[in-house]
Amino acid sequence: MTEQKDRELYRWLRLIREFESRISTLDKQGKLMGGVYSGKGQEAVTVGFCHDLRWDDWIFPLHRDLGAFLVKGADPKRLMAQIFGKRDGFAKGKDSYLHGGDLANGIFGGTSMLGATLPVAAGMAYKFKIRKEDRVAIAFFGEGASSRGDAHEAMNFAGVHRLPVIFVCENNFYAYSTPNELQFGVDNVADRAAGYGFKGEVVNGNDLHSVMKTAQRAIERARKGDGPTLVECKTYRYHGHSEHDRADYRSEEEVITWESRDPIFLWEIYLEKRKYDIAAIKKETSEEVTRIVEEAVAFADASPSPDGPEAMGDLYAMPIDTEAP
Amino acid sequence: MLVTYIEAIRQAMDEEMERDGNVLLMGEDVGVLGGAFKASVGLQEKHGPDRVVDMPISESLIVGAGIGLAVQGMRPILEMQFIDFISCGFDQIVNTAATLRYRHGGQTACPIVIRGPSGGGVHGGLYHSQNPEAWFCHVPGLKVVAPATAYDAKGLLKAAIRDDDPVIYFEHKFLYRRIKEEIPAEEFVVPIGKAALRKEGRDLTVITYGSPVHAVMKAARDMAAEVDIEVIDLRTLLPIDWATVKGSVRKTGKALIVHEARLTGGIGGEVAARIAQECFEDLDGPVMRLGSRDVHTPFAPSMEEYVLPNQEKITEAIRKLAAY
Repeated sequence: MTEQKDRELYRWLRLIREFESRISTLDKQGKLMGGVYSGKGQEAVTVGFCHDLRWDDWIFPLHRDLGAFLVKGADPKRLMAQIFGKRDGFAKGKDSYLHGGDLANGIFGGTSMLGATLPVAAGMAYKFKIRKEDRVAIAFFGEGASSRGDAHEAMNFAGVHRLPVIFVCENNFYAYSTPNELQFGVDNVADRAAGYGFKGEVVNGNDLHSVMKTAQRAIERARKGDGPTLVECKTYRYHGHSEHDRADYRSEEEVITWESRDPIFLWEIYLEKRKYDIAAIKKETSEEVTRIVEEAVAFADASPSPDGPEAMGDLYAMPIDTEAP
Repeated sequence: MLVTYIEAIRQAMDEEMERDGNVLLMGEDVGVLGGAFKASVGLQEKHGPDRVVDMPISESLIVGAGIGLAVQGMRPILEMQFIDFISCGFDQIVNTAATLRYRHGGQTACPIVIRGPSGGGVHGGLYHSQNPEAWFCHVPGLKVVAPATAYDAKGLLKAAIRDDDPVIYFEHKFLYRRIKEEIPAEEFVVPIGKAALRKEGRDLTVITYGSPVHAVMKAARDMAAEVDIEVIDLRTLLPIDWATVKGSVRKTGKALIVHEARLTGGIGGEVAARIAQECFEDLDGPVMRLGSRDVHTPFAPSMEEYVLPNQEKITEAIRKLAAY
């Protein structure tokens, strides 16, 4: 990879971290409403899968994939306004966090019924296939959502039609408080791919190099018409399920072990080994991401709150007035 | 041309697929077999397997995939082999499809049609007789239709396919081959949101939809000498054509709502409440309802007959209301 790309990837990792840290702080200060689901610690997965996508590819992020929004092209300002519940957010205040996608950039907003996006992604990939479009759909989900019937139904269908879809399982070892061993009886979620007739791969989700290599293989396979891939990224969320969750179900030792495998930390070591001017890169990047996040917060703050009656808008594309005689 | 109700459905799909290359049909056994009830016979041969797709037994996937296609500008028709199975796709309908436009702040439409055979009277038992329309009329973002005639079956399906919002289309399997009707050979569409005045009358309004429309019409004719009945076929259940309903009740002063779905929590409750509130001054009697008894639709013919509304029960309800 070129130095430029190495630095670009670093910038994304740092921007996501900064963005999410800021949201956590705002939440602690009581400045946000609703749930905040930090993906801190999982940045390499979204950066690795989204960075080399094309503009007209589609992603279906899970509730913790704020980073995917950013890397796929969502405007940080509008994303912050979305989180603030303001009119300039993607949902115009109608729902919070990542439920409002940015469709112009190929980002689908999911629901709280995790895993429900997988059939939608498969359906979209079906369209790419029958129209012979050189596009892929990437559906992110947690290992908890892997237990839902929707995951099975989507993967089964994708296997039947060899669809250009990639199922990316972010296995961070806990679905809220429930550990892997109470979630499934297999060793790896990716082992299930065999049951659908396509390839499954397990990857270290904190190592951006490994994630990117696996992502590139899967994306190429999809573009070539060789069908879906189920990629399981083993990773870890530093925060609780949401900000109010203290995550007492995990040991301190376990958290520290994973923090020492931090994806940003690992990438910095790599940059250093490449003999880039790491001090300068760090400084420059810090300044840039701080500025972007500052601007996003200022924008979101200034964005108007929707008026009450706006609640009735955007329900139907073709509204019908049946009171009129 | 003389067509059955189910042939009208087949024609609507065929013509819309011909008119618009973005229309496709997905469902269990809709392709090679042509559908469990033969609603899509010949369509795969004509439009190809990419557009008439035999799906795995996965209702949630069928609806979810349809939403993904809709976001891409396609217009999928999603068949539930029996409408009873729609409960397996419930989450995708109420949480993904119905909220799609809303939670994206108007960035997209969701032009999907979910259709399938509903209704009893054919000894289908618990899982082949259901009328679950009321579940979906409680969900903003959806549109719900239920045709009673071959003309409406064709025209409403065409309108549903052309509509940019998710439409649930309840066809009644009892009517599939029992109804045969002259319909125009030329193109027509029945607008969503408009009820049909099936018969004019002065004494009493019966508001109904789906299969009971026919029993109500027969009752109205048979009782012509004793009471002059106005019959309104709602056709669209979400949104209900309130202007037509209220206009009629204001004229007759009496309203009876008849549907095959269970009474409690049914559409009739909503219609009755609106009439009671908004036509109070014009009412000459209580707003009455007739639906299925509050029990599952049983298999044995004697019990099914006992549970479902029929012409005899309709006649009795009309007499009761007319007596006020």
